[in-house]
Amino acid sequence: MASISARRLKKELTEINHEGTPTGIKLLSADDFETWFFSIEVLGNTLYQGEVFKLMFRFDGHYPISSPAVQFVVDQTHQAPIHPHVYSNGHICASILGNDWSPVLSVASVCITLQSMLASCKSKERPPDNDRYVAHAPDNPKKTRFHYDVDRV
Amino acid sequence: MSSDYEYSDDEYLYDDDDEDMLSPQDGSAASSDDDMAMDTFGDDFKVPPREKRKSYEVDHDSLSHDAVKKLMAADVDHIAGIFGVDANTAELLLHHLAWNKERLIEKYMDNASAVSVAAGISLPSRASPSSSAAPIRYQGSSTRSSAATRRPARQQTPGARSLPPSSPSSNDAVLTPALAKQERFVCPICFDDSQTRFLSLSCEHQFCAECWNAYVTGKIREEGEHAIRCMAEGCALVAPRTFVLRDALPAPSEDKGTRERYEELQLRHFVASTASLKYCPYPSCTYTVSCPAASTKSSLISMVPTVTCGANATPAHKFCFGCAIESDHRPVICPVARMWLQKCEDDSETANWIKSNTKECSKCQSTIEKNGGCNHMTCKKCKHEFCWVCMGPWSEHGSAWYSCNRYDEKAGVDARDAQSKSRASLERYLHYYNRWANHEQSAKLSVELYSKTEKKMEEMQLTSELTWIEVQFMRKAVDEVEKCRMTLKWTYAMAYYLDKGNEKELFEDNQRDLERAVEDLSELLESPIDPEAISMLRQKVTDRTVYVSKRNEIMLEDTATGFQEGRWKWNVPVEGFD
Ligand SMILES: [Zn+2]
Ligand SMILES: [Zn+2]
Ligand SMILES: [Zn+2]
Ligand SMILES: [Zn+2]
Ligand SMILES: [Zn+2]
Ligand SMILES: [Zn+2]
Repeated sequence: MASISARRLKKELTEINHEGTPTGIKLLSADDFETWFFSIEVLGNTLYQGEVFKLMFRFDGHYPISSPAVQFVVDQTHQAPIHPHVYSNGHICASILGNDWSPVLSVASVCITLQSMLASCKSKERPPDNDRYVAHAPDNPKKTRFHYDVDRV
Repeated sequence: MSSDYEYSDDEYLYDDDDEDMLSPQDGSAASSDDDMAMDTFGDDFKVPPREKRKSYEVDHDSLSHDAVKKLMAADVDHIAGIFGVDANTAELLLHHLAWNKERLIEKYMDNASAVSVAAGISLPSRASPSSSAAPIRYQGSSTRSSAATRRPARQQTPGARSLPPSSPSSNDAVLTPALAKQERFVCPICFDDSQTRFLSLSCEHQFCAECWNAYVTGKIREEGEHAIRCMAEGCALVAPRTFVLRDALPAPSEDKGTRERYEELQLRHFVASTASLKYCPYPSCTYTVSCPAASTKSSLISMVPTVTCGANATPAHKFCFGCAIESDHRPVICPVARMWLQKCEDDSETANWIKSNTKECSKCQSTIEKNGGCNHMTCKKCKHEFCWVCMGPWSEHGSAWYSCNRYDEKAGVDARDAQSKSRASLERYLHYYNRWANHEQSAKLSVELYSKTEKKMEEMQLTSELTWIEVQFMRKAVDEVEKCRMTLKWTYAMAYYLDKGNEKELFEDNQRDLERAVEDLSELLESPIDPEAISMLRQKVTDRTVYVSKRNEIMLEDTATGFQEGRWKWNVPVEGFD
């Protein structure tokens, strides 16, 4: 299994290096096949104009059969975007990272989906259960069983 | 659940009954108890052989794992036959509608293709029916986008092309070994160009066999999923059984566990979806009980469905088909038992002191610990005899048995005239709770009574001519006392919610008679043995055991009949009566 995951990530990395990343998304580091970092911003006239976020991807040996663990980085220099599906600890409630994950999706396609999730945001709000969730959240967002809203992202 | 198709269910049940080594005593606990009594005690206990079900029993069957599998397969065959589809398709359809055949037939007759799409059997069709059934599928290019894009769907009989039920040869349609040489297909998941075996569902989303294997295995083992969707993004097709078992998973010799888990998950879904079936809740028991009579919520207001699985266990696996409150809470129905427990939980603080195992002698105030089932207490210090339940002097119980079981509301209200209403309602509750908890505690203490009894039985064998078999009357008596205390316990929960009136008084008369009989026998069991009078003791214990058993029977029969007749009126709204 580890070999599938490594081969697949190598292939994705090659593609990113050759063809580049979608606009607004930059690869910050991909030193191994366990953790990658991207910067992500939403271009155009949106609520997040001028804000730059940092995304962390964590892969286990079952990628891409099982989804990567994806979250926004929260540290001295980075905040999680204020969005109804993003918790203040950086965890994201998005069905494609859980139930609707398909092994044909890729790191790049996840970035694009998250970018458009931000772009379509109409009001900057935290999820209603933010405080409760953050107080008890596991380190790895994959361990959370999110209840996806009707407007799936 | 009353359709033209229902008869088949029953038919299968009976078939299984015949084939699956369900010996007659597997049917219910009561019958085997009676058989035991007959065998072990010879003429001591004249229990007539059971002819027909008693009013407090419910018809049920115990099904083995294989018998449930057969039931499920029968449903699949039934649907496959009606719709003219293969077994895989029928199973996906049934799964989609939670094994509700009636609704499936209705919906399928109304719009077969819509149901097939919703069940993950076929894609929403846009193109017109295609007559060219190419044996080898079109192979997409290896770019990421093509894998994620849906191919134009073709009109197809649900699942038929990729998954014929019993002809392995047509599997070639899905498998594409050693691809046509002109075009090299690379799996869009692993990009491993050494892969040569590709599989797809009828959506034609091709992936290599190794990726399918890893995906299906992960879904089954990690996520406990048995309705496994296609790996392509947004594709709603569900992998049918044959695809999972024959194509995606490795050979049985390599990974038996995952296959078994898959079958188990499907079976669990079937049982969970079928209201007339329940797994036996005892740890690692593999039996399932079928009890159609208790399969609706409204049925639970007129009976207590106490059932027993077919496992050959001691004690038998007895449980309530209607709730998880207690294995046998007869005579009170599930919703009332639930209400009562909730009340006890809410009021536990106030009631806590009653549960305590110790009390003070009402005469000399020395602490007395209750260590047996009998309510007749004798203070070690001052020899004062009193009733554990009401603390009243025992002498009054022995002769007239004043109504210790009855909370005479009128007299009570009169007596407590000065006190507030809430105080009165608390006392009313405590009256019932006190007796309820006492019987529960006494039943628990029966373990101790058991070992005491065992000692006595040994003694008896030494001091008399009685054989081991002949001293079993003590054990039988202890069993009976415990059983009846459980009945009594729940009668107090019931009485608390029964509306005032003649019916309740008759109920409480039966309750009092049973309680008195139980305390009499209980006391006899704890009295010291006089070696000279063993045969008399035996006669006495045996007689009282028969009497207790009869009183219990009357209590249960009358309550159950009352439910059937709708005779019991509640003083609060009860769930299910609407
Ligand atoms: Zn593959
Ligand atoms: Zn598909
Ligand atoms: Zn069992
Ligand atoms: Zn119940
Ligand atoms: Zn005393
Ligand atoms: Zn009393």
